[in-house]
Amino acid sequence: MSTDVTAKSPAPAPPGPAGAGLLGLMLAGLRRNMRQYGMLIALGLIVVLFAIWTDGDLLLPRNVSNLVLQNSYILILAIGMMLVIIAGHIDLSVGSLTAFVGSFAAVLTVQHGVAWPIALVLCLLVGAVAGSLQGFLIAYLGIPSFIVTLAGMLLFRGLTEILLKGQTLGPFPNGLQKMGNGFLPEVGPNTNYHNLTLLLGLVLIAAVVWQEVRDRRRQQEFALEVLPGRLFLLKLVALVAAILVLTMLLASYKGAPIVLIILGVLVVGYGYVMRNAIFGRHIYAIGGNLPAAKLSGVKDKKVTFYVFLNMGVLAALAGLVVAARLNAASPKAGVNFELEAIASSFIGGASMSGGVGTVLGAIIGGLVLGVLNNGMNLLSVGTDWQQVIKGLALLAAVGFDVWNKRKSGS
Amino acid sequence: MAGPVLEMRSIVKTFPGVKALSDVTLTVRQGEVHALCGENGAGKSTLMKVLSGVHPHGSYEGEILFEGEVCRFRDIRASEQHGIVIIHQELALVPFLSIAENIFLGNEHARRGLINWNETLRHATELLRRVGLDEHPETRVADIGVGKQQLVEIAKALSKQVKLLILDEPTAALNDEDSGKLLDLILELKKQGITSIIISHKLGEIRRVADSVTILRDGRSIETLDVKAPETTEERIIAGMVGRDLDHRFPERTPHEASLDAAPALEIRNWTVHHPIDQQRKVVDDVSLQVRRGEIVGIAGLMGAGRTELAMSVFGRTYGRYAGGTVLKDGTEIRTKTVAEAVGHGIAYVTEDRKHYGLNLIDTIGRNISLTALGKVARRGVVDEHEERQVAEGFRTSMNIKAPTVFEPVGKLSGGNQQKVVLSKWIFAGPDVLILDEPTRGIDVGAKYEIYTVIDQLAAQGKAVVFISSELPELLGMCDRIYTMAAGRLTGEVPRAEATQEVLMRHMTKDKEVSR
Repeated sequence: MSTDVTAKSPAPAPPGPAGAGLLGLMLAGLRRNMRQYGMLIALGLIVVLFAIWTDGDLLLPRNVSNLVLQNSYILILAIGMMLVIIAGHIDLSVGSLTAFVGSFAAVLTVQHGVAWPIALVLCLLVGAVAGSLQGFLIAYLGIPSFIVTLAGMLLFRGLTEILLKGQTLGPFPNGLQKMGNGFLPEVGPNTNYHNLTLLLGLVLIAAVVWQEVRDRRRQQEFALEVLPGRLFLLKLVALVAAILVLTMLLASYKGAPIVLIILGVLVVGYGYVMRNAIFGRHIYAIGGNLPAAKLSGVKDKKVTFYVFLNMGVLAALAGLVVAARLNAASPKAGVNFELEAIASSFIGGASMSGGVGTVLGAIIGGLVLGVLNNGMNLLSVGTDWQQVIKGLALLAAVGFDVWNKRKSGS
Repeated sequence: MAGPVLEMRSIVKTFPGVKALSDVTLTVRQGEVHALCGENGAGKSTLMKVLSGVHPHGSYEGEILFEGEVCRFRDIRASEQHGIVIIHQELALVPFLSIAENIFLGNEHARRGLINWNETLRHATELLRRVGLDEHPETRVADIGVGKQQLVEIAKALSKQVKLLILDEPTAALNDEDSGKLLDLILELKKQGITSIIISHKLGEIRRVADSVTILRDGRSIETLDVKAPETTEERIIAGMVGRDLDHRFPERTPHEASLDAAPALEIRNWTVHHPIDQQRKVVDDVSLQVRRGEIVGIAGLMGAGRTELAMSVFGRTYGRYAGGTVLKDGTEIRTKTVAEAVGHGIAYVTEDRKHYGLNLIDTIGRNISLTALGKVARRGVVDEHEERQVAEGFRTSMNIKAPTVFEPVGKLSGGNQQKVVLSKWIFAGPDVLILDEPTRGIDVGAKYEIYTVIDQLAAQGKAVVFISSELPELLGMCDRIYTMAAGRLTGEVPRAEATQEVLMRHMTKDKEVSR
């Protein structure tokens, strides 16, 4: 690394000229994706700081496991919210909707003894219906999403209380509880680690490496520019290391939480849709310039409708996870969840005017808030100050974005 | 001759990575109308932003002398206090405030924070009379046309005791009639002793109002010419702008012999459209026209003639309320009720307003190009990014889009390059019929030539092209046939051989009663 500095001088290039080029390329890539990498670096910094302040407690296997469980539902909501915000809308109803779906699940399983897999499907359906109702009003009747979902926020909260008659309902059947608290089952010989988690980690590493290598080969096939070999290798090593560390941490406690698996599938799936599917492209197009998208033949109303339908389903899923984790449905569940999801999206790079943002960004944003929460809990900071600090974090993230844009713009 | 009122000496302005102005000198005499011209990106707007304090003192090198005094403007307010007022290309009016409120915005007639409405209205009425705008000062700005809004901007400038008025492409969005009025007003203000700097692409209008013209090219001031001198011809000015003699403003075209046996690629019959809000008003009235493969057919008309409205309503009913008419493609009637249907039948409409209706400015060149025909680079709903990028790179090269990569956001490109992206996007969709609405609006001479060449090639490939334009020379140079429209009706059809500016203009100004 030390050779990089000297290689910058215009003196004849040393035998290994890739040194300066490597750093240069990394910096160029960093500058291009300032927002994403900036937040990733900020997340890393927050993790390191809290790890130091808590004498390493933050990174204890048990706490990492906890961190995932605590934040899973906000992250699920943040994925859906990111899509809504990219499309140029907002959804204020998701907190209430999670509570409503949770209470619906409780009524079904606790009061009526419905088998939990059936209840699960019914709950997701309820989310889809709620989402499509709001989506219909927004997309086809043209009522602003802020107003429709503000109404939805009041409506679903009210319905939750009606359903639960103001009381807390529980406990849930075992199967459903697992969604919020469960871990992958233990199999195989007794090592000191959780075998299935290790295996999963290794499979994941193999998949990631395979995908990256294939992608690179495809790029070369199309005669496109590719990352230089050394930088590509560096990227692979970083990815593998990150997965490995997380796997080892989780495997040395109870293994991977089930909700982490759900979340992983969602992130990969939605990330793929937003990046590569026509549907995803159309969301970016209508958020970026609605009239232009219309004149390009994008079915804007249909896209908007499905974005809200999808938000409803994800809110239902989050509602099930919350209820399962608390092992009870409460009328006060899900309060302010919509705001946390919105904050996650904005910290993760969404723009008020739509058209910008990534699924991974929403996750990073959610994790920033989550680690702040968890770290401050470990340090026994009161909830009052936690709110203040989270507010400042949101301001700082968006402020940095605005400043960065102004600097790069004219 | 009066002495200089403004001298800008050796102005250098650098943005991160680009030198926008290098050693520009501009001298404007007291009481003259001074034109500033040059290709897009030549630095005209930047120079005016330096002058008006948008780029504050310290962010550039060089000296500005106004009325013999060295000026160091910190912001626009500082330059306005000296009587320098700039009117930007995109008007800076608040649509839902009244004319009077807009004129005095930031400069209200008020005492202790309370507005004196009587004084405001009196003064506004007086200013409106001076600019020749016959509207009540309490009318909302949103309710008057762009031409009148431009006059409101000038009234606003007058309210600030303007000595030097800077107009950045003031007629770009105006029709000929409104443009004429505006140019007359500039001459009228000149009589009242107001000096003007006018940035314009339209050489005819420079010849009409300007006394001298300074030409910028690649961030340098090339020369200043006396417009009234006989040797200053349009060709002379263009030569200065592009830095080469421009004998041919249009590509050499072999006029298309329309074979009458084949069915037209696109035929519109008896098309009628009503205004979206005022449903009694016919915006397009019983229009029938046709275009064959390999043919370029122009539609000429003044603003408000209904050309864009006709095109957009045919293209997926994206304007107004349909009130009758049919569309035929290769002799068979087709449905074009939605954009998707129109595109599916091989029709493309390239909008006149690329920023609002053509492009997603925050997205990349590549993604803008692929948007209309994502299916072509996708399998089962999944886009192949590599193929998409390859397609985009292909267009970047073939259309000569000036950008380092196809990952560049479109918003960062110049107007001409943005237009090339819009064209690429629709060419990629693979249409048989292209409706081009003002495809060269607001772009520089060099880029115009490139766009003309592309249009010519499209026709040569057997595509049918409908070319809507307000610039008659361009229609005359490019089209095989030209339709004219006035007040929503078709008023003429002129073959290439008979078309002159005079003939077209006569058709374009026909009254409803006279026609047919």
